[in-house]
Amino acid sequence: MSTASSVLKEGRLPRWAEIALLPAINVIVALLVGGLVVVLIGENPLEVVKVLLWGAFGFQEAIGYTLYYTTNFIFTGLAVAVAFHCGLFNIGGEGQAYLGGLGVGLVVLAFDGQPFYVILPLAMIAAGLFGAAWAFIPAYLQAKRGSHIVITTIMFNFIASTLMVYLLVNIFIKPGQMSPESREFAENAWLPFIHEMLGWFGISFEPSPLNMSFLWALALLVLVWLFIWHTRWGYELRTVGQNENAARYAGISPVRNIIISMLISGALAGFLGLNEILGVQHRLLLNFTAGYGFVGIAVALMGRSHPVGILLAALLFGALYQGGAELSFEFPRITRDLVVVIQGLVILFAGALEYLFKPQLLAIFRRIALMRAGG
Amino acid sequence: MTGQNIPGGSTAGDAPCAAQPAQGHDFAIELRDINKHFGPVHANKDVCLRVRKGSVHGIIGENGAGKSTLMSILYGYYQASSGTIFINGRETKIRDPQAAIAAGIGMVFQHFKLVDTFTVLENIVLGAEGGFLLAEGVRAARAALQRLEREYELQVDIDAVVGDLSVGLLQRVEILKALYRGADILVLDEPTGVLTPQEADHLFRILAALKAQGKTIVFITHKLREIMAITDYVSVMRHGEMVAHRVTAETSPEELAELMVGRKVLLRVDKTPAHPAATVLETDNLAMTDANGVQRLKGVSFSVRAGEIVGIAGVAGNGQSELLEVLAGMQPPSGGRFVFNGHAYDAAHPADARGIRAQGLGHVPEDRNRLGLVSSFSAAEAAILGRQDDPLFNGLILMDERRIRENCLHLMEKYDVRPVDPALPAANFSGGNQQKIVLAREIERDPDLLLVGQPTRGVDIGAIEFIHRRIIEMRDAGKAVLLVSVELDEIMSLSDRILVMFDGIIVGEVDPAEADEKLLGLMMAGVDPRRDGPSREGAQA
Amino acid sequence: MDYFTLFILILDSTLRVSVPLVLASLAGLFSERSGVVDIGLEGKMLAAAFASAAAAYVTGSVWIGLLAGVGVSMALAMVHGFACVTHNGNQIVSGVAINILASGLTVILGIAWFSRGGQTPPLPPSARFQSLEFPGAAALADVPVIGGIYSELLSGHNILVYAAFLAVPLVWWILYRTRFGLRLRAVGENPEAVDTAGISVAKMRYMALACGGVLTGVAGAYLATAQSAGFIREMTAGKGFIALAALIFGKWRPVPAMLSALLFGFLDAVAIRLQGVSLPLIGEIPVQFIQALPYVLTVVLLAGFIGKAVAPKAIGVPYVKER
Repeated sequence: MSTASSVLKEGRLPRWAEIALLPAINVIVALLVGGLVVVLIGENPLEVVKVLLWGAFGFQEAIGYTLYYTTNFIFTGLAVAVAFHCGLFNIGGEGQAYLGGLGVGLVVLAFDGQPFYVILPLAMIAAGLFGAAWAFIPAYLQAKRGSHIVITTIMFNFIASTLMVYLLVNIFIKPGQMSPESREFAENAWLPFIHEMLGWFGISFEPSPLNMSFLWALALLVLVWLFIWHTRWGYELRTVGQNENAARYAGISPVRNIIISMLISGALAGFLGLNEILGVQHRLLLNFTAGYGFVGIAVALMGRSHPVGILLAALLFGALYQGGAELSFEFPRITRDLVVVIQGLVILFAGALEYLFKPQLLAIFRRIALMRAGG
Repeated sequence: MTGQNIPGGSTAGDAPCAAQPAQGHDFAIELRDINKHFGPVHANKDVCLRVRKGSVHGIIGENGAGKSTLMSILYGYYQASSGTIFINGRETKIRDPQAAIAAGIGMVFQHFKLVDTFTVLENIVLGAEGGFLLAEGVRAARAALQRLEREYELQVDIDAVVGDLSVGLLQRVEILKALYRGADILVLDEPTGVLTPQEADHLFRILAALKAQGKTIVFITHKLREIMAITDYVSVMRHGEMVAHRVTAETSPEELAELMVGRKVLLRVDKTPAHPAATVLETDNLAMTDANGVQRLKGVSFSVRAGEIVGIAGVAGNGQSELLEVLAGMQPPSGGRFVFNGHAYDAAHPADARGIRAQGLGHVPEDRNRLGLVSSFSAAEAAILGRQDDPLFNGLILMDERRIRENCLHLMEKYDVRPVDPALPAANFSGGNQQKIVLAREIERDPDLLLVGQPTRGVDIGAIEFIHRRIIEMRDAGKAVLLVSVELDEIMSLSDRILVMFDGIIVGEVDPAEADEKLLGLMMAGVDPRRDGPSREGAQA
Repeated sequence: MDYFTLFILILDSTLRVSVPLVLASLAGLFSERSGVVDIGLEGKMLAAAFASAAAAYVTGSVWIGLLAGVGVSMALAMVHGFACVTHNGNQIVSGVAINILASGLTVILGIAWFSRGGQTPPLPPSARFQSLEFPGAAALADVPVIGGIYSELLSGHNILVYAAFLAVPLVWWILYRTRFGLRLRAVGENPEAVDTAGISVAKMRYMALACGGVLTGVAGAYLATAQSAGFIREMTAGKGFIALAALIFGKWRPVPAMLSALLFGFLDAVAIRLQGVSLPLIGEIPVQFIQALPYVLTVVLLAGFIGKAVAPKAIGVPYVKER
């Protein structure tokens, strides 16, 4: 009754339609356009979907891989979302994740003689700290000197990339080896794989790169949710993001909150280093971020910067990444780059064109409300 | 009544204006049954208006009555939902400003539409460049403008960069812009809101010159004095409807005020004499320079005692906003000091908004949407803005959602906020209810000093009385109130003492008993007639 | 090799690597001066590079390749306009979407059409832009100083190189001497002033985006059909962002933007030359350091440590009529 009247009188969508239906429509449209690209290539989109789904969920190893990718996307999606809540667009997740990995690598290379329970907290702190540090400079420049954070974080991605090349080529390279990689970490430093952990409880699961950092990602979803919506610090951060003048009025420092939110954002992105470096690669190497930082943007936009949405979006992209890897086996003309296309489409439709279908949706709701009122 | 002869068309409740025969007069503008919806808001309802050629036609109404919307429709800036427009007797479709310009309509908006980085000349030729290359059109414009400047007392340096000009000059640029495009009909939306009375007088002389040249002028304002001073005819709008048309010479301010508001206005709020006690706030030569290096406060000294309301009158933009921001800890002063509840603050030790609140300050900001609320927040969240770290609403780490909700419900009941829904986003409440939320939040903290800026801006009549009562109750409870308003009525009816601000200083103090609009108006222009000549030096001494 | 020749060679390669930067930064200038942020330069350039190489390969005509590149780049610019101008979407988000979309589509379509792992087949000379020899270049080549400058530095580039540098004064002229330029500058500073002056804000912004689309299209075609002989995946390699940096470094003005593009191009050219070279006194400079310099310089500029880059006032804000 009340929703019907708000649709009619105020031209507003019901809340559930605004936060769930509209984004869902946008994602579906993005996937449909992705399907068109498949048609353009000359394949059957339905077949592609079938292979994709099977590749993502069809067997235990696939599920493991899907969740392993999901882990990365939760980290980077949360990173973008926290900055969004403070009104900042952090495009620098890629660079912050890169540096987070560096932090993990440095700590483990220095301490991998120590027991795991010493290494793990150190590595976690290093991942967060290095990611946060890389976000700090753009944050400080934005807060104190008004330098546009979008541009500075883009620049910092490139700087991170050249820095890592320099460090790996000149410093960490294993002597007598051509490829710029560090030595492998001692095995006791590795994050336990989930299949190993399940094994401790007598559950057998096919091996996959999915590791303990997945649990940390899930915990972070809850922690971020509590922080943003249920603490005074989150309240202040959102106030700055929504209305900086009101923040000043209320005695909330925009400078402080811009910096805090970017530090958190950078730390969240940095945790990607735990999954990739400590969980899977077990050595420091180049390009392990592989664009995951940018996927975070799609994930945050699609998930409307809410942890539940981010979890779902990260799962979707995890499935696309893993299922996409299977595509090239079945369709020689399709590679996982199709997923990149879909990622671009999701950002376009769920982000830049997020209200494209709102007028139509509103018209439908209006008609329904009128019919109900009439009948 | 002289209804049959008054240009303006029918009023609400009459037959639709289209049904009325034209009365043989020459009308520059005729609007018939204009309707405009903004989403759910019906901003113009069946509005009809006739403006006689060569006349100055005033449109008066409260803030939000729909005057600006109507004129924006005439100018093609907005599209009417329905209705027809006749210009010089011919039906004209005005789909965009270009069509309006072609029809000979020029508009001076309340907020100027100028490019700061351009010169006056570039601003004027924008959209009327006269050809693909600039050079030629600019040369022609230079000559034409010099002629216009002479003709209408519109002197302005056409090579100056607009960003460096004063508000009065910017307005001249806007008028020149319209005239350069060959406007025969000039619409001015609240043109005096930011002007001193002297600048306003100059404007009126320009308008008289334009009228003498046969131009038609539509003058939108909410100030009765201006309507009486310069218009030939006046139309009154209320709640989006045209409610009356009058010949200015045959009406009175009292009648117009009543038509505007819809019932007898209570000019004075009932209140008992004040019983001022100890001084709560004292400022001493307070100065403030803004980020652009402009000195906004030039040495302000006054005091506010417990149990009194001190009103600050002044034309908007003379330092009142900055004074509130400095006192509320949002801006540091650049000189002088102030003492609040025994704590001294100066440039080296400025107040911070959080700290001074804790000392017992409440602040209802001038612009609630810009400062006082976060429109996407729920009412419950909005109702703790500035108190978010109050232990009352916080556990060790998490906030106490139940308490926050109860606090909001309590405020809503006490201040009659509708709808009573703490989960509803602040943006979904009406202006009056939003203001009540802000007021409730600030008053119910029981501050020793309440800073109130423009408490009734954009608020409906019913809520105005309610808000005024709360402010007086606050005083009667022995609290200090500093009220800033550009509405002289509000200042005069609420204040126990009136201070007048002009150009960053306090020009003088007036006892409300002896205050009238004329005296205050002069003082707001920097002249205190009770002393001889300008009193700036006097006030600073 | 004497130092003068080395210097001429570095300047020569500076010109070559600067061309896409100059073109793309001018493209960004149109868009950003109209008030629309354009971080999609990279994607548009990449898509144009692919389209031009593909079309040039299929048709054998370099000009049809150029046209295809411009067409695709324009199409993406219009997508940006549809999202940001028509639907008031977030300009950064839309730009990111275009970059990612281009990155994926070029590879997917490249594999589907040419089955070469995302590359186009190498282009025959007829499908590439050839260098133009100035009259007498060969004869003058041995004359000291002048010969080197004339025949190495000025002569011997393809037509797009000359076009790019001629575009700079042309853009300057359009921006400051024409009606279109006046309106363009106005719409990026105060769109309301433009709207109330009877000019459509949306139309101005679409036109600006179209101009940008043409220029990025040429930049992309240059990469694939002039500088290289075909498309390679991710061949723009951040050039779009360097161009954006050059635009900011040039404070959104055509000539300074070109100079910044040349500076960044010079750094690129030097970095290649200096690889593994030990300089007197300084020793070996890590290549990565020089590569990072454009980004570092831009951040330093944005931080206001070397002058202040003031963006057009209305940039990034969708134009919605006030209510």
